[in-house]
Amino acid sequence: MTGFWYILSAYLAAWAIFFFYSATVGRRLTRLEAEFRRLKERAARD
Amino acid sequence: MKGKEGTWRLAWLATAIVLGLAGYAIFFVAPPELRQGNVYRIFFFHVAIAWGAFLAFFISFFGCIGYLASRQQEWDWLAVSTAEVGLAFTTITLIIGSIWGKEIWGVWWTWDPRLTTAFFLELLYISYLMLRVMIVEPDRRAMVSGVFGIFAFLDVPLCYFSIVWWRTLHPQPIIGGAPGTGLDPRMWYVFLFVLVGITALMVVMIRERYRLEALRRQVGVLAAELEERAAPDESKGVTA
Repeated sequence: MTGFWYILSAYLAAWAIFFFYSATVGRRLTRLEAEFRRLKERAARD
Repeated sequence: MKGKEGTWRLAWLATAIVLGLAGYAIFFVAPPELRQGNVYRIFFFHVAIAWGAFLAFFISFFGCIGYLASRQQEWDWLAVSTAEVGLAFTTITLIIGSIWGKEIWGVWWTWDPRLTTAFFLELLYISYLMLRVMIVEPDRRAMVSGVFGIFAFLDVPLCYFSIVWWRTLHPQPIIGGAPGTGLDPRMWYVFLFVLVGITALMVVMIRERYRLEALRRQVGVLAAELEERAAPDESKGVTA
């Protein structure tokens, strides 16, 4: 297939950015969920 | 709540399946193009992702207007969620477009009107997100970024119509373009399939990003409540 490497690199670049972005959103969500749990526990304690 | 989560998990799964099949269709179902050979296959996801970016920015524009009209935070959350997802999509569009350009034009980048307006779009939405980081107070942040978001969106029609209004190196529209242009039916089916997959991906990503914004608000409210509860105790401590 001519231009195979161009097609493959474009395809992989697209997926790499999608995964990287989803991972950053996931990481931020996990951190906030942990913070929310911590605050809720503190509220229950107080 | 659990049922809703289950539905979204199913939506993620369905999106992944459609995109997997779309990947197969791009490589093995779509026929080669007459002039560009196989490299044109980049077009399928390049155009679909650019469409996703434009749609996301369009929703963000409405989110900005919605906030400025109603002053309800939910509109601001929608505006920022869609702007961020649109920015990720624009980044991909620029990178894969430049890979295609290297093979077809022989250069990675040229200051062509379409490429330049797309690059400005990227810069404008980066500025939008940076602006939000700089303003701490939620209402003021939503108002200032709402106004800026409307301004940033003005570049979207400029970018979209740049290939019609100016002489550009970028290919002219094939879909809805001049008479005699168009796609082979097999290419059409593959393109529509990719478009559905990318749009679904955009929706699930926006929802996830929106959830983040809503949770941030909940954390802020709870933290303020705890601070308020702690404040009288502290003052008691001082007077005692």
